Amino acid sequence: MTTTSCRTTGQSYYESNALKRITSLLDPGSFHEIIRPEEKISSPHLRILGQPCSFNDGIIVGAGRLAGKKVLIAGQEGGFMGGAVGEVHGAKLTGLLQRATEEGPDGVLLLLESGGVRLHEANAGLIAVSEIIRSVLAARVAGVPVIGLIGGVYGCFGGMGIVARCCNALIISEEGRMGLSGPEVIETTMGVEEFDASDRALVWRTVGGKHRYLIGEVQRLVDDDVAAFRAAAIELLNDPRPLSLEELQKEHGMLSDRLKSCGSAYDAIDIWHTMGIAEPETLPLLDTAAFHKAVQHVYRGAA
Amino acid sequence: MNLHELLDELFPDGHEVGCDDEVLVGSGRVKGREVAVIGTAGHAAIGIEIALNLAAAVLQVIESHPGRPILMLVDTQGQRLGRRDELLGINGYLAHLAKCLEMARQRGHRLISLVYAEAVSGGFLSFGMMADEIHTLQETQVRVMNLPAMARITKIPLERLEELSIDSPAFAPGIDNFFKLGGVESVWSTPLSEHLEAALTRKAGADTRSRLGLDRKGRVLAYPVARRVCTERV
Amino acid sequence: MEQLEYEFDGAGSLRQSGPAVLVGVVSSGNLEVLVESAELGGRGRIVVNTSVRGFGEIWQAVLTDFAGRHNLANLLISINDAGATPAVVSLRLDQAAEEFYRGEP
Repeated sequence: MTTTSCRTTGQSYYESNALKRITSLLDPGSFHEIIRPEEKISSPHLRILGQPCSFNDGIIVGAGRLAGKKVLIAGQEGGFMGGAVGEVHGAKLTGLLQRATEEGPDGVLLLLESGGVRLHEANAGLIAVSEIIRSVLAARVAGVPVIGLIGGVYGCFGGMGIVARCCNALIISEEGRMGLSGPEVIETTMGVEEFDASDRALVWRTVGGKHRYLIGEVQRLVDDDVAAFRAAAIELLNDPRPLSLEELQKEHGMLSDRLKSCGSAYDAIDIWHTMGIAEPETLPLLDTAAFHKAVQHVYRGAA
Repeated sequence: MNLHELLDELFPDGHEVGCDDEVLVGSGRVKGREVAVIGTAGHAAIGIEIALNLAAAVLQVIESHPGRPILMLVDTQGQRLGRRDELLGINGYLAHLAKCLEMARQRGHRLISLVYAEAVSGGFLSFGMMADEIHTLQETQVRVMNLPAMARITKIPLERLEELSIDSPAFAPGIDNFFKLGGVESVWSTPLSEHLEAALTRKAGADTRSRLGLDRKGRVLAYPVARRVCTERV
Repeated sequence: MEQLEYEFDGAGSLRQSGPAVLVGVVSSGNLEVLVESAELGGRGRIVVNTSVRGFGEIWQAVLTDFAGRHNLANLLISINDAGATPAVVSLRLDQAAEEFYRGEP
């Protein structure tokens, strides 16, 4: 279950907007949006602050089919405030997950692209993210697989980074980034010597897709291609893992081991070296297929 | 009220709670009922070690004391900020903690949070906010960001934010604001043991925070929007 | 924020009945355009919400130009603008109109 190969069809996931990602991931013509933009349900809080609003509050939710299977799907629009979560944005996502719990579809796809809580409505956004976390876990308890996809321009950070790791499984591209506090936030708060957010190579090897895959945080690393994301999502829908005490104990063991073996590392290269990769400094340069080949002898899977 | 006084107030029938590296673990008794206590102290910044220790404590209660209610004592300045925590995947550690708490809930453990000092952002999200009920003491702080920092980032003048925060609970720090939004269920005053006992006798249910936010007029769209997405025919 | 409203004569046709379309994203220097049919007595209406005040005349010029290229009869067009240049506005409007007439995004 380590490699996902796929022909490149040329539609970049990274460069697509939320609607384009949704419509090209799903079976053609199968997507039905819930709460359409013409209803103009946007953020009341942004309006009060005199900030630009969006007719969908930066997220599209709805239902469709993936390889014939019934799925619910949400796509965060990174272009609007970095995909940040406000009251309405969060409620659309929570409502979709509650629908999953009640309806029991074959799965939920979350196209995550977010900096986390929207600071213009920070309190409402924090509670909204908490509601999302609880509804993701409730859907999983109800037996519905929730699959996260990460490969957008803004990555997946803040509270949404926690949401991502609450999913059954994650698909990421090399361009995808995931974490809690974004590099810019750390640099601003802790200083440039702690994290130089302008050092792209450092950023990518710390929070980028390859590292996340190697340390077992995501199940699939794919090319930046919507078709590759689609193929991986189809595979993962067929492999649902309900939330169980046994799984959590296993995860606890894995996270404890990681802390023990890598806790004193300061750079991803040190960790890759500890894992037994012969020339760790070459990993960032490899394309996805070559990367999978280079790491398959040490890759231990994800929890 | 210091931590010891707090525990005495909560558990007049006795308690044994230890504090190790800002993590509180132990138990207490209220009206003959044994309650597990898990929490943080010293305005802890939640990094991967603390998250893992809290998760271990939750798993321990699930394994050793099936069904025992858990009182979560919240005091956090937020998540720990640093490159090394990000490198090791801190978001996964916080998610693990949230998943362990959800597992406890599913296996019949009541989860009651009490913010007794400070509750901020990511540290609050992955722990205290996972409870069935979230309560605070008076004189505590609940926030994401203070207004001067928000003014800097959003480029909205501080005076304007201060003015707007009088009517809007959406962004300014404060228990009252989180109460109006439904994020805090109630504010406890002494005698605390009575509040705790009452909370323990209630049943766990679905997440009712958006409904509370609507009833309290602080978050009027979250509930109807989520209900529509949940129920609308497609 | 500033809200501006403009009305234009349509070319009399009433065929507009397709599903609404939304194009563009509200990011800095960009905008989103929502096109939907509405009963406007054969006229077209454009409502602009913009983060930049004081550009009413330029909007008027850009939108009049647009109205000259498309039949806006019974169309309601709503715009959320985050400081887009006139060229970007024109481009998005044309994109939105084309998608609307094509009937799908």
